[in-house]
Parts: sequence; C-alpha cells; structure tokens
Amino acid sequence: MPSRKISRRLLAMTAGMATVTLAACGGSSDDSDPMADVTSNVDCADFEEYGDLDGKSVSVYTSIISPEDQPHIDSYAPFETCTGATVEYEGSRDFEAQLQVRLQAGNPPDVAYIPQPGLIATIADSYPDVIQEVSPAAQSNVDEFYNEAWRTYGSVDETFYGAPLGANAKSFVWYSPTAFSDAGYEIPTTLDELYTLTDQMVADNPDIKPWCAGIESGTATGWPATDWLEDMMLRTAGADVYDQWVAHEIPFDDPAVVTALDEAGKILKNDAYVNGGLGGVESIASTSFGDAGYPIQDGNCFMMRQASFYQAQWPEGTDVSEDGEVFAFYLPGETTEESPLLVGGEFTVAFADRPEVQAFQAYLTSPEWSDVKAQTTGAGWISANSGMDADLLVSPIDRLSYDLLTDEATEVRFDGSDLMPAAVGAGTLWTAMTKWIAPGDSSESVLAEVEASWPSE
Amino acid sequence: MDFLLDTTTSGEKIIVMLIAIALFVAVMGLVLWLADRPSVPRLVTVSGFVGPALLLLVLGLLYPALLTIIQSFQNTSKEFVFLDNYATIFGTPSFRTVLFNTALWVVLVPLLSTGFGLMYAVLVDRAFGEKLAKTLVFMPMAISMVGASIIWKFVYEFRPDQAGIQQIGLLNQLLVMVGFEPQQFLLSPPLNNLFLIAVMVWIQAGFAMTVLSAAIKSIPDEIIEAAKMDGVQGMAMFRYVTLPSVRPAVVVVITTVAMATLKVFDIVRTMTGGQFETSIVANEFYSQSFSFGRPDIGAALAVLLFVLVVPIILYNIRQMRLSEEQR
Repeated sequence: MPSRKISRRLLAMTAGMATVTLAACGGSSDDSDPMADVTSNVDCADFEEYGDLDGKSVSVYTSIISPEDQPHIDSYAPFETCTGATVEYEGSRDFEAQLQVRLQAGNPPDVAYIPQPGLIATIADSYPDVIQEVSPAAQSNVDEFYNEAWRTYGSVDETFYGAPLGANAKSFVWYSPTAFSDAGYEIPTTLDELYTLTDQMVADNPDIKPWCAGIESGTATGWPATDWLEDMMLRTAGADVYDQWVAHEIPFDDPAVVTALDEAGKILKNDAYVNGGLGGVESIASTSFGDAGYPIQDGNCFMMRQASFYQAQWPEGTDVSEDGEVFAFYLPGETTEESPLLVGGEFTVAFADRPEVQAFQAYLTSPEWSDVKAQTTGAGWISANSGMDADLLVSPIDRLSYDLLTDEATEVRFDGSDLMPAAVGAGTLWTAMTKWIAPGDSSESVLAEVEASWPSE
Repeated sequence: MDFLLDTTTSGEKIIVMLIAIALFVAVMGLVLWLADRPSVPRLVTVSGFVGPALLLLVLGLLYPALLTIIQSFQNTSKEFVFLDNYATIFGTPSFRTVLFNTALWVVLVPLLSTGFGLMYAVLVDRAFGEKLAKTLVFMPMAISMVGASIIWKFVYEFRPDQAGIQQIGLLNQLLVMVGFEPQQFLLSPPLNNLFLIAVMVWIQAGFAMTVLSAAIKSIPDEIIEAAKMDGVQGMAMFRYVTLPSVRPAVVVVITTVAMATLKVFDIVRTMTGGQFETSIVANEFYSQSFSFGRPDIGAALAVLLFVLVVPIILYNIRQMRLSEEQR
C-alpha cells in the first residue's frame, strides 16, 4: 500500500525535513538540490534489518553546533524515511558539562556523541546502570569496518560503550595558497623550516603577524591549545613518551611535557608571531576557535593550526583547494622522516536500549551512513570506516586527511586530552591552557596544576 | 496502557502529566476533605493541612540540602574526609582568588547599586519626565542575566588597533576615538572583575531605584514641610530627613541585592566562564561539580555559599521585626 506508506512517512518527518521528503515522494524533484538526491534515492532494502520503527523517536545530544550540525541532521533522512523513526537532534556548546547534568538528573538523551573517550570512562564509572553497551548489530559493524584501535578507544575495561562516528586529522596548518605563492613562500617540511618561514614572514611584513589562533569555545575554552601541546609532544618527545604521558605513567608535568609546551609557546606566546588581526598573545584566549582562521582570508595573518574539520568554518563560497583561497599543510615533524599524526573523533554512546535506539546506533556505524554523511557534508568530514566509498570525499583536504590516516608511514595517535579522565582532559587541562595564554602563567606552573588535579586511583 | 510507565512521544507524556495532576488533585482533595470534617481530632486537621506542604519541603529542600552537606565532608569515593574539602578551598591560591572575588562582588554590588539607585531616586523625584527616566533605569531588570551579559560582552569586545581592523566593541571604539589604545577589558585581573561587577550594578540599580523611590514618596509631606520651616535644605534635607525616613527600605534593598549577588552565576559564566581569575563561588561550584569531576569540592562550595547567605537573611529578618515594632 504505497499511498498509506507515504502518508505515514510524512507524518514521521519533522517540519524541517518536509521539503526533502516531498521531493522524494511526490516525484516533483528539485534537481538543483543535490541534497535531495543523496537523502531520498535510498534503497530501503539495507534498512529492513532495523524493522518497522514507525512513530518512534530517538533523541541525540551532541557538541556539534551550527554550521556543522545540518549535515548530521540531513544524514539521518534515509534512516527516517525507511524505518519511520524520527531523530531529534540537539547540539549544545555546553555539551560536556550539560550531559553530566542531565545524567545526574535522570534525564539522559537516547544517544550522545561524545568526542572524548575519557568522558565515556568517567560516565561509565559514575552511571554504570544508565550507559548501555554498544548494540550487537553496531558491534558487528565496528568489528567489520573499523581498525581495532577504534574499538579500544570506545571501550572501558573491555566493555564496548562508544561506537566510532566521525574522524578528523588534527595535525594541519591552514594557510592561503595564493598568499604563499604571491610572496614566494614554500610549504615547510620540518619544524625548523616552519620557524624559518615564520621569521621570514615577520621580516617581510612588519605590520602583519604570521600566525593567528583562538581557543575560546564556551565551557570548552582552552581545548585548541591542548591540540598544540599534543602535536608538539608527538614531535619533541615522540609517540612512546606520548603514550606514557596520556596513560599517566609519567607525571603530567614531566620535563618532556614542559619542553613540548615551551615548543608550542615559541609560536603561541611570542608577541612577534601572534595574533594576526586579533591582538596580542592574550587575544588568543578571547578569540573563538571558529573565527581564528578568518584573518588568513583578510591577509592579516598567514597560518593557523587547526584540524581538518575547520574547512566547514570557512564562509560559504570559499575556494578550499591546493591553489585556492585557503588550504592546509601537514604540520611537519622534526625531520622529514618523522610524520606523527594527531587524530580525533566522536563516539556514539547510548543511554537507552529501546530497539529504535539500537537500530539508530547500528545505522551510524554502517558504511551506508558514512557514505551519506560524506555527501551531506560535501567537504570537511571523514570517517575511519573502511567500508566507506573514498571516492565520495570531494574535498582535497579530506582526501589528504584520509590518505594520511590510512598511510602506513604515519604514526597515528588519538588526541591525548580526550583519552585522559574527563576531570583533566575536559576540565583542568583546558583551564590550565587558558591560564597559560592569559594571564600567561609559566609552562611549569600550569602543568603542575594539572598534575595535582589528576584523580587518585 | 503500557505507555503510562514508558512514554516515548510528547502526546503520551502530556497524557501522563494530566493523569498525574488529576491524581494529585484527587488525593489532596480527599486529604483536606477528611481533615476538615468536624468529627476528627484537631491534630489530624492540622497535619492534614500542613503535612503535605511540610512533606514536599522536606523532600525537595531539606533532604537534598542534607545530602549536599554530607557530600561536602566526603571525597569522590564517598569516604569521610571531614574538613579536607574545606581545607582545599581555603588552602589553594586559585580557590582563594574565587573567595576574594566573591567578597569583592558582595561588597561592591549592593553598595554601588543601592547608591546609584538612591541618588537617582532622589534626583528624579517630582522632576519633569520622572516616569520616563525611571523606566529607562528599570529596563535592565527586564533583560535576562544571560542577555545582559552577552550585550556587555559586545560592549567590551576587543580588536587590535591596526590598519584594516574595525573596532566592534562600543567601549574600545570610544577609547580609540579619543586616541587611546583599545583594552582587553575581560582578560586582565583583577580589574576585569570590576567590569563584570558593572553589569550586575547596571541590572540591580533599577530595582534599588524603584523600591527607594516608592519609599521616598511615602515620606509624609508634614515632615518635609516642618524641616523646610526649620531651614533645612539640599544635602542636609537628604542627610537628616530623607535618608533616616527610608532607612528600612535601604536595608531591605541592600540585603536583597547582596543575596542576589552571592548567587550570581550567569554573568560570570556567560562572559568569562570563570577564566582569567574572575570565578566566583556559584560558578566554581558548577565547574567543580560538572566539568572537573569534583562533586565533593562542589558540595563544599555550595555549603559555603549557604553559610554566607544565612547571616544576611538573619539580619534582614531582625530589621523587619524592628521596623514592625516601631509601628
């Protein structure tokens, strides 16, 4: 009974999805909208395993907010169309704190996208009765399509709680290819070359600061600076020491860490190098990480270190490509032989075991979802799902990230602050890094403060 | 009817809510009807009327308060550590900054907002356009704290003084126009605390002004006329006639604003998130409990806040009793 099915589908759709769905059902398709194509020409055969979920709804709570949220919302359309379930998306800048508030209040979302495995461990510890193990269907997807390491990141004491969602490569420096070629600058291949290039920029442009940076991010203020610290740890101390540091086998304020932070400080705390078009060193603390790259387009700075997902932040119509307005180069290692890569990602954690929640979590681990998400995003998103169709990655930066991520030579390490206990990795470390920038405490003192805050046990 | 226990849609939730309200009304009606019958003993009547309210107070206020107090003497693994959490708060420099900031807020906000409110109330009293002038100052009270904080964050917004860069913050634009360097108002302690306090004063001055203006208007005309006949004028009139007459109102305003200040959270949370040494007890309580995974320290901070509010409430009650006795 196709007509009945259509009306049921329509009922299940939220108002925002109505246009896309109408195009799908009525045949009066709007060809100029590629999104309608991706989300409507779906073969529902792949979704039969989830059963009929008509009238059911799944609530999703995330830290992903505008403009990165819409591709997520769009990517649920095939699931909603084929199963009849509704997905209610809610993003919040205060996600990390609010999720724990909601858990404590007994009002958890059905699914949360948690970017910090450390937070998953904290929640598993504090709310063992609420957090759900990854559903069997999702587990088999993860085992089939993901590198084993991803399962480890989402597990706490051998129990698998967080199924991988998206991935992003963090060791990138955004720059303007046109500005570089106009000035005759070459892309640096070692850290020393990077510093030489920076000095060259200062000498050539006395009015402009070469670097811009911003670490403001609501309650999460400080996190972009932790990426700097981790990237420098991987380069000055090496991956083995990095692992010991993350696991707290060496003190948090080990001399190796101080060296790494001082290395980051060579750029971030040097008034001659920062903060292009935004102010002095202090202004890093008050600049939103999302706005920090814009001076590159205005010609007020040359470089900004941020993960691959930053391409979603550029204003619409920006040419992100190797010869375009903006692009990113790999933050080089100490030598050309070393190529450590810092990666991050989100994990889906369920707080309910209703069939529709389990089905939704399984859908998010499927190659189908990764394919749809790659298309709804267009540029600025990759997944570590090996079943994904890599040709769908249209953006050169996503290709670059994907290649680096899958290259045997790169030494991939997960974002350390995200692996640490939430009290540190999503708490005191952020505050410490902010203090390090403004008012500008010393590396030793802020790292010692974090060491003191490491939970006992 | 399974959905009664496990609701999934909004419609089901509303039905469950309506059923719950109906049940509540029915049970309460039954209890009150039974308690009010002439044949039952007086004790049953009293407990029937007071009991439900007491029960809710105990469950909703007393029980969580006791839990918090107990938690403040425990560590995160629920072992008793007695005063360790309090020792941490008073012994760590960063927490001492929090306490100092709170003290700064509690001293400055009530004094400044009451001072401005009183001055304004006296100046516009019976002046031309009094209603409009009062509305303007009262308006910030109608803006939510978060809204006000965002507005002021824009006022303080910083952009460097450099070719091709436009100031977008009002205050820095004014500074640049008169030839000064733009300033990072919210980043440099301890002055940044004053810029946050200014927001609270801006909000509370309207409240102070309204209450004090009403008090000034209620001063009997005979007293003022008598004072004028005795040759009292200007400042002397204010000092010896107006101020003593509105003293009870001033006390109420100061204590009310002081309590609101102790609890203030939104302004700091929205404008700096407690960074840059601007944190105060209420904000630190939230960060410790929910961001840093230290509910024990959070509980101790909450208890501390409670202990700080109590003397103000006691003083307020005493003043109210005194002014009632005078009548």
